[in-house]
Amino acid sequence: MTTAARTKVEARRLDAWFGATQALHSVDLAIAEHAATAIIGPSGCGKSTLIRCLNRMHEIVPGTRVTGEVLLDGEDVYGPGVDPVAVRARVGMVFQRPNPFPTMSIYDNVAAGLILTGARRSRADLDAIVERSLKQAALWDEVKDQLDASGVSISGGQQQRLCIARALAVEPEVILMDEPCSALDPIATAKIEALIHELKARYTLVIVTHSMQQAARVSDYTVFMYLGELVEFGPTEQLFTTPQKKETEDYITGRFG
Amino acid sequence: MSATRRRIVDRIARALTLACTAAVLAPLVLIIGYLLAKGITSINVDFFTQLPKPVGETGGGMANAIVGTLVLIALACALGLPIGIGAGVFLAEYGHSRLAPPVRFCADVLNGVPSIVIGIFAYTLMVLPWKSFSAYAGGFALAIIMLPIVARTTEEMLRLVPASLREASLALGVPAWRTTLRVIIRTARGGIITGAMLAIARVAGETAPLLFTAFGNQYWHHGLGGPISSLPVQIYTYAISPFDDWHRQAWAGALVLLMLIGLTSLSVRVLTRGRFRTVR
Repeated sequence: MTTAARTKVEARRLDAWFGATQALHSVDLAIAEHAATAIIGPSGCGKSTLIRCLNRMHEIVPGTRVTGEVLLDGEDVYGPGVDPVAVRARVGMVFQRPNPFPTMSIYDNVAAGLILTGARRSRADLDAIVERSLKQAALWDEVKDQLDASGVSISGGQQQRLCIARALAVEPEVILMDEPCSALDPIATAKIEALIHELKARYTLVIVTHSMQQAARVSDYTVFMYLGELVEFGPTEQLFTTPQKKETEDYITGRFG
Repeated sequence: MSATRRRIVDRIARALTLACTAAVLAPLVLIIGYLLAKGITSINVDFFTQLPKPVGETGGGMANAIVGTLVLIALACALGLPIGIGAGVFLAEYGHSRLAPPVRFCADVLNGVPSIVIGIFAYTLMVLPWKSFSAYAGGFALAIIMLPIVARTTEEMLRLVPASLREASLALGVPAWRTTLRVIIRTARGGIITGAMLAIARVAGETAPLLFTAFGNQYWHHGLGGPISSLPVQIYTYAISPFDDWHRQAWAGALVLLMLIGLTSLSVRVLTRGRFRTVR
């Protein structure tokens, strides 16, 4: 258990809407740096919406709205003059279903964030970044001989690690993972979970998961969400052993959800 | 019992659909077969290299019409493809804007406008003020016919690109315009090219809009500001003539036009084939 870490991301009175439907109700949450924070809760409770608000991905869906503050290192990402593109470069994201770019090779997928943002880099630099990112994502040994193969030619679990490598290549500070294992088999899931343990030393991780076991296995802190509200938040061990709220206890003991 | 019945019904259904497929393919096979039978004899080197001979002389070719058709298609593409693809991108990327439904409706209406009407439009807009038939006017008319086809197929193809790819790109900190250009359009490239090829194949054989825009020419064209011959118009002129030799040339012209369209779409497909499989 990590002790009293610095706060990296902080949501303050965060509300989010889809059209007239309010998906988040005044969420306050402080996410510790260099730790893994899991968000659990039943389907439709706002887990995904919450993390999508953290890197301003919520607003790309037409008709959506966010109010409140999200402080990244103390600075509001919804503040005036803040470029969402710059926020997303600092707060990376891994999605529920592996989504490598099908028109790109494995190499180009990893380098995509660097190539597509128009940053000029030498081939040698790119090579080094691609290798480093794939190694960090524990994929290098499996694909190092087929970097020119299509990004969708590898297995689902490998594709998801490729997506993690792609997110790592742009050197974000925070990585949001939206149910990263829900489309994967247990072996691929175990690999991703091992990876989460490695990555949290260098990055701040936020992981949405449907699996309470997974939350218990990988996270230092756990957030329980229900009906768009943050019900309980605390160190993972404490939340699972001595939940403070009745809803939390009901959920983790399997009485609903 | 019912199993036997199911098997019989299955047989009948299969036979019916097979018959329908044959009925769909039959005209195509017949057309190609007929064109080959009637046209192949008149196709020789002269046909591709010579100008049409005056009435009464046999021989000669349609070199000017073949070049003219290529020039007209190039002009139509230069105008129609960028605008059509641009409009398609607008419809797909900003489809929720209030402007999108009317644009979509107009494109569909334009698609249904008879090509002769588009010819008249180009005539009033370009031929009358300049007091001359021209390749520009012909290319303009063809471009208008291409626009709705290109715009709507581009839109459909872009819509087929999974939203997750857009999200993946945006989440990397890639600006929206680069995402559209480098991820969305690139992924849909195969489909967009197919749409462009459909549009080109459609206008390559158009005769009506060219009759009073590009007009036609028995000689090589002098610049794009003057009348230019084209295969469809040449075929039309020769086919309604009373001369047997011209009839044979018309058949050959039709065969060449068909091969031209086939070859263009084949070579574009081969040349622009992406390294990896894309949408469609």
